[in-house]
Amino acid sequence: MGEKLLNALNIDKSFVGVHALNQVNFSLSSGEIHCLAGENGSGKSTLIKVISGVYAPDSGEIEFNGRHYQKMTPIEAINQGIQVIYQDFSVFPNLTVMENLALNSELADKRKWVNWKRIREIAEESVKKINFKVDLDALVGSLSVAEKQMIAISRALMFNTKLIIMDEPTTSLTKKEVHRLFEIILKLKEQGIAILFVSHKLDEVFEISERFTILRNGEIVGTGSTKELDQKKFSYYMTGREFNPSHFIPEHIEKDALFEARNISLEKHLRNISFELHKGEILGITGLLDSGRSELALAMFGAKQIDEGQWYKNGEPVRLDSVRDAIGQNIGYVPEDRLSEGLFLPQSIGDNIIISEIDKLTKLFGVMDKDKKEKEIDHWMKELSVASPLASNACQTLSGGNQQRVVLAKWLACNLDILILNGPTVGVDIGSKHDIHAILQNLARQGLGIIIISDDLPEVLENCSRLLVMKNGEIVANINTSTSDEKTIYSYML
Amino acid sequence: MKKTPKLLSFTDDLHIRRLTVIIFGWMIFIALTKFSKFYSLLNFQTMASQFPEFGLMSLGVMVTMITGGIDLSVVGIANLTSILNAFILLRFTDEMGSLPPGMILLVFALAVLIGALAGIFNGLLISKFHIPPILATMGSGELFTGICLAMTNGNAVSKFSRDYAQTINAKMFSIIPVQLIIFAVMALIIWFLLSKTSYGTKIYLLGTSSKAAYFSGLKVDTLIIKTYMLSGMAAALGGMIMLANYNSARADYGTVYTLQCVLIVVLGGVNPIGGKGKISGVVLAIILLRMLETGINRFPKISSYYISLIWGGVLILVMVLNYFSEKKVPAKVTEVPKDGTEKKD
Repeated sequence: MGEKLLNALNIDKSFVGVHALNQVNFSLSSGEIHCLAGENGSGKSTLIKVISGVYAPDSGEIEFNGRHYQKMTPIEAINQGIQVIYQDFSVFPNLTVMENLALNSELADKRKWVNWKRIREIAEESVKKINFKVDLDALVGSLSVAEKQMIAISRALMFNTKLIIMDEPTTSLTKKEVHRLFEIILKLKEQGIAILFVSHKLDEVFEISERFTILRNGEIVGTGSTKELDQKKFSYYMTGREFNPSHFIPEHIEKDALFEARNISLEKHLRNISFELHKGEILGITGLLDSGRSELALAMFGAKQIDEGQWYKNGEPVRLDSVRDAIGQNIGYVPEDRLSEGLFLPQSIGDNIIISEIDKLTKLFGVMDKDKKEKEIDHWMKELSVASPLASNACQTLSGGNQQRVVLAKWLACNLDILILNGPTVGVDIGSKHDIHAILQNLARQGLGIIIISDDLPEVLENCSRLLVMKNGEIVANINTSTSDEKTIYSYML
Repeated sequence: MKKTPKLLSFTDDLHIRRLTVIIFGWMIFIALTKFSKFYSLLNFQTMASQFPEFGLMSLGVMVTMITGGIDLSVVGIANLTSILNAFILLRFTDEMGSLPPGMILLVFALAVLIGALAGIFNGLLISKFHIPPILATMGSGELFTGICLAMTNGNAVSKFSRDYAQTINAKMFSIIPVQLIIFAVMALIIWFLLSKTSYGTKIYLLGTSSKAAYFSGLKVDTLIIKTYMLSGMAAALGGMIMLANYNSARADYGTVYTLQCVLIVVLGGVNPIGGKGKISGVVLAIILLRMLETGINRFPKISSYYISLIWGGVLILVMVLNYFSEKKVPAKVTEVPKDGTEKKD
């Protein structure tokens, strides 16, 4: 390992009423891969922003590359070789790959005229650094998430970079893509670049990083070599609580199918899908990102119309041609992208909970029954322990885990028979993830048919009693989770 | 849960508080400079009979903007309604120059119907054909104006019975102008729909995210059609007041109102992206604009040509104030002192 590159001493930072960082000491060497972990609100983002110059610390000192700073400015940070790759990658979807790659250096050089040849050269050079093969003339908006990330990384490498900070880089990547990202990170390490990797996924922390630092409530609760870390310690550091993961064992599965798909086909996405869901079980569906798992979810919820096949509920054929059809059949759907599809973020928690059953909470002529509405909101906030003092607070004030509870509450309020969840704990911290799993297992025991679609294999193994593996639009395996393991499942996926 | 009394919750809203302050500020300024020319019962009555025509249209624009859309066809709908009804009134005016009993109620009912149909037309264009609201209503507004021009050759339709204008221009209890009452009734109906019914909650949520609304099982298309229908009805009533105020109807009356309505609605605190806004804010903005214009008219040295300039100024001022007050709410971002940032070893 190289010499000390970054040394943050006694960093303190408060926002109105919140002590975001409390006497944090943090150090990093050249060529080190360091994982910064912590639940939402633990202060990791604040720490990144202090290091990259976005926030000035209230007290403390930063030493970078042998120079001392009371505070950084963003420009100074970039000049010194600190690059941050945020979750949204800050790329321009409407421009080509080439333009995206060259824009920063063009701007930095204050060039007034466009020279396409030079732009192409710059772009070619930058993708070569990480052996990234891509059509330079493609629009960035048409690329996959992983490719956008590669572009952000290539771009970050163009400035004599010494430290790259990646904010939850694996959130929307598939296993394969994560693997590829890690290869690139290792390559960067060889070049002496330090990587600060922000994540709360344990397997990643183990796989890639040499050292770790875990923050909780603005304080460092654990730091050291990753070798000394294990699952239990990690969860404890993250949450301050001890967990015992409990494999879901269904108590009573009814013999007759609650829901059935027979020979469902959807052009290009789904081929001849057939399966049954029984009352009381949790059925998992997994597969790579383009395996058709999301299309199947949307088709079950009526958001995508199938070309062939038939759905059955309680043995009767049913049509699921629209979202309203599905809701009419008491099917609920927790979407993949909670923020844009599942929630109305600036609106109140209360309205978010009752929106799907709102027509049942009215008196004559659609006039709201205020008492009934408040009772319903109160009931669901307590039932799912949504942590907020007021139901009239905006939904965006909640943490990821609590937001997901609101989405769950919205559907449970509709008195469902079947609940479909697509990536139910993406972006949710460990504590809430555990709680959401417990809620789902409990609901299944009460007789709700649950389908979890996820590529988080530990999650499906823990919670589902049966697992369907999808590949290229087909179901390639139907697995009993109590007798299987990640490796077997993974071999079906590829 | 804590409950704040109605009056307090009214002033809880920063935006509304600010509009109120601006109105009072202006009223004090006028009181100090042109007291006698502004503070008379007659002047207030005049203002109250003038603002309902564009006030009603603004209410229409407001509801569509809450869904994340806009209605630029309000003036077209208003003129179409007033011209069609002017023809009808003309037809039923007898030699004595009077109207059969109940005729006025009938034309109002007809106006609401015409407005509703025009609004449904807009709603269909937007929901079923996925035309962006700004283009759909701009197009339909031109279409309605075009129909008006074709029917009238651009001439005014007048010479119908004075009974109509006299009835609408009358004062209830000889104090309150009838126009104001029509406006107040419509404003109350919309307030009720927005804050007391499931329809209101749904359109606020639809305006916040149409994607999430779809995934929540809302009938998005129906909601959009209903909203533009409501907007059309409000605009049509505005047209009926124009018909009374001018005692005639013409295809190009009120053309400045289109943008003025948008200005009022934004001034009133409705988020142009959708999902946010209160009717109290819009009503205050309507009153503010009318008072500003009337007040300025009391200064003979200020030409009425300056009015656009002043309106633009007020709009930008309020938006800038909004920017600062909205920035203050989330956690403070650090200020960056310019010196002493760095010391070298």
